[in-house]
Amino acid sequence: MADVIKFFTRSPWSAKLGLAIITLNIFCALFAPALAPYSETEIAGDVWEPPIWSEDAIPHYTPVILGTDHIGRDLFSRLMFGARNTITLAFVTTALAFFVGSIGGFMAATLKGWVDQTLSRVVDILMAFPTLILALVILSVMGTSIPVLIFVIALIDSTRVFRISRAVAMDIEVMEYVEASRLRGEGLWWVMKEEILPNALSPLVAEFGLRFCFVFLFISSLSFLGLGLQPPLADWGSMVRENSSAISFGILTPLIPAAAIAFLTVGVNLVVDWFLHRASGIKDV
Amino acid sequence: MKKTGANRLLNVHDLCIEGYQEEEWRQIVNGVSFYVDRGEVLGLIGESGAGKSTIGIASMGYTRAGCRIKAGSILFDGQELFGADYETLRRVRGPRIAYVAQSAAASFNPAHKLIHQFVEMPVQEGIMSFSKAEARAKELFRRLDLPDPDNIGDRYPHQVSGGQLQRCMVAMAMACNPDLIVFDEPTTALDVTTQIEVLGAIKEVIQAYGTAAIYITHDLAVVAQIADRIMVLQHGYEVETGETRQMIESPKKDYTRELLSVRKTRGKTINHGGEETVLAVENVRAAYGNNVIVLDGINTKIGRGKTVSIVGESGSGKSTLARVITGLLPPIDGKVHFCGEVIPPKLKNRPKELLRRMQMIYQMPDTALNPKHKVKKILGRPLNFYFGMSGKERDQRILKLLELIELGPEYMERYPDELSGGEKQRVCIARALAAKPDLIICDEVTSALDQLGAKGILKLLQNLQNELQVSYIFITHDLDTVKAISDHIVVMYQGKVVEQGPKSDILHPPYEPYTDLLLSSAPEMNPDWLDHVIKHRQRLADKGVSIRS
Repeated sequence: MADVIKFFTRSPWSAKLGLAIITLNIFCALFAPALAPYSETEIAGDVWEPPIWSEDAIPHYTPVILGTDHIGRDLFSRLMFGARNTITLAFVTTALAFFVGSIGGFMAATLKGWVDQTLSRVVDILMAFPTLILALVILSVMGTSIPVLIFVIALIDSTRVFRISRAVAMDIEVMEYVEASRLRGEGLWWVMKEEILPNALSPLVAEFGLRFCFVFLFISSLSFLGLGLQPPLADWGSMVRENSSAISFGILTPLIPAAAIAFLTVGVNLVVDWFLHRASGIKDV
Repeated sequence: MKKTGANRLLNVHDLCIEGYQEEEWRQIVNGVSFYVDRGEVLGLIGESGAGKSTIGIASMGYTRAGCRIKAGSILFDGQELFGADYETLRRVRGPRIAYVAQSAAASFNPAHKLIHQFVEMPVQEGIMSFSKAEARAKELFRRLDLPDPDNIGDRYPHQVSGGQLQRCMVAMAMACNPDLIVFDEPTTALDVTTQIEVLGAIKEVIQAYGTAAIYITHDLAVVAQIADRIMVLQHGYEVETGETRQMIESPKKDYTRELLSVRKTRGKTINHGGEETVLAVENVRAAYGNNVIVLDGINTKIGRGKTVSIVGESGSGKSTLARVITGLLPPIDGKVHFCGEVIPPKLKNRPKELLRRMQMIYQMPDTALNPKHKVKKILGRPLNFYFGMSGKERDQRILKLLELIELGPEYMERYPDELSGGEKQRVCIARALAAKPDLIICDEVTSALDQLGAKGILKLLQNLQNELQVSYIFITHDLDTVKAISDHIVVMYQGKVVEQGPKSDILHPPYEPYTDLLLSSAPEMNPDWLDHVIKHRQRLADKGVSIRS
């Protein structure tokens, strides 16, 4: 534990800022029911009310901080509830994608031969489809429930994870300590888990952060097309979509959930950059 | 050659360099002063970590990432390089001071032809036109004795041998006829027979052009051939500096004496063990791919508690033989017997018990240990894997193993990064010993270490053999190691056994021609040795005798 604290206190300011942003988001997501002034579905006022600092703000008993959305729900509360759905979904999906993708990649690199050929060709085929089209096809066949959503995005993402973990593992697999463990008679699982994984961790963690953001944006674009989370559940992508027509009236409401997406993406990437920097072994001098 | 005083080219005074380690700046070079006159060769020598490369590079006003020059002065031809601006340094580096790195293979861009890499610097600096630089390249290639000097430039780096590539790099350094060249262990990565060629070429060319040089190495016998003066370094301090001959004949400091004595006093012959044969190799043929035969009809055997050295230059198939024995490369023909039984050729068909009895130690301890495992885990795993040990029992056995390799209990919790090269190799030995093997295959185990480290490892291996009666297969190109440790010698050349027999037979005349070549290529601690050997070979060549059989 002390090591972990030391690790973070010695990180550069950019990583600290990123960590702060992520922590803030997770905090909001966890305590949304307690923190949010309104519930996820409650009508708080008129359609597209301006935020509280605007000259035209309409006074409420419970303040409507960021204004209201296209059917008069409190935007601030929906952002908090949206954080729950969006971040959880992105996290579960990315974790699943990494679990499947890295095991596949490591296996392909360690076993080589026909295992590698089969896995790699399957991945090639999956990657040949444009991601959005593939997602649309599967989702329209299987319906848009949350488990299906997670499965589809994890499948698409695991192909990318497969590629990178196979490449990283190939480099590690030729090291003599892996050969030494083979000569000792170790099985596949030990080689993958103890010899390859710890040495592949830095690039994979960095990739995890990036993938996390992509999933996040992908869910947003699916929601934007109406195939993501279904109303009245809030998620940031759908919030942009639902309010998008407000832009033509000069109302800035849709930019607020968009800014939330950008904010978290920047935060995650700041941390990821730091990991990448550490993974590359360059020292700040 | 030797001029003093008036013709001073480089004067380094009170140089202090810091390195960034474990989150703080530590001094790694402590107030070192030296000078190099025009046309003079200064040898920098010391163990790894002595700061010799750092000092060598600093004489170009440069430091590696993670280092910085803290104080001192680097006066090159009257110009201060410490703190000089980028533009000044750029004009000096390359045209006036050149650098030759240890590994030519890693220093050339594999995607460009040699000639294009050669001309880059002179053309970019505007010193020569392309065609002029090309002519210069051919002249230098010829001088450095490269084959087909007119066309070799059109090859890519992977199309020439290691020794040739190293000579190409020397040519590149000479491109603008610099005043000073820094050689950073240029022959360390080469085997003895190639080392001689490169060393001879370097000596010839710097003498011909009157270039001054700083020659960095950990091998005193090598530096003795080429340097006019030698500076001995230890832990970033200067130990002593002096004329080469005087330094070798009568060193003043104990440390220098120790360095000198390494080559002379390596172990005595040990006698033990019965006549039981542990491993026998019978008519083994092996190939990479389908038709590249790398081993052809190898027969040899190893007795219990004995050491067999397999000697030969790189490409002779000695490491391949180890791969066949360990099962990594199943032979296309022939058998391997272990303790009287024929063993399965493929690794995955071998039972765990067999794997336990045959262990391997690698050349590069850096890559042979998983950097993410602590010593405790590295040594604990074979104990757990082969003997099912865990908890206290395992910890105690680990402590015993650490004791065997002369390391303290505090090493249990360390990662390989926190160990020196010699300590890492010791951990590798302990990992092999943990399995209580009958046979340990040592693949060039000392060649990545400096002399003192190597001496320690060899001594340790001998003691362990006396104590535990393990057999060693010692793969090496270093004949001093062979002389020190082996009972039996197998000389290999191009995948075949040239000769084999007890040490006394092989190392005494009459020699096989190839054994003779190997023996005469090992540098001796005598400044005239190189000239002597080259003259001798020249005479043989003139008489039409081919050295390589």
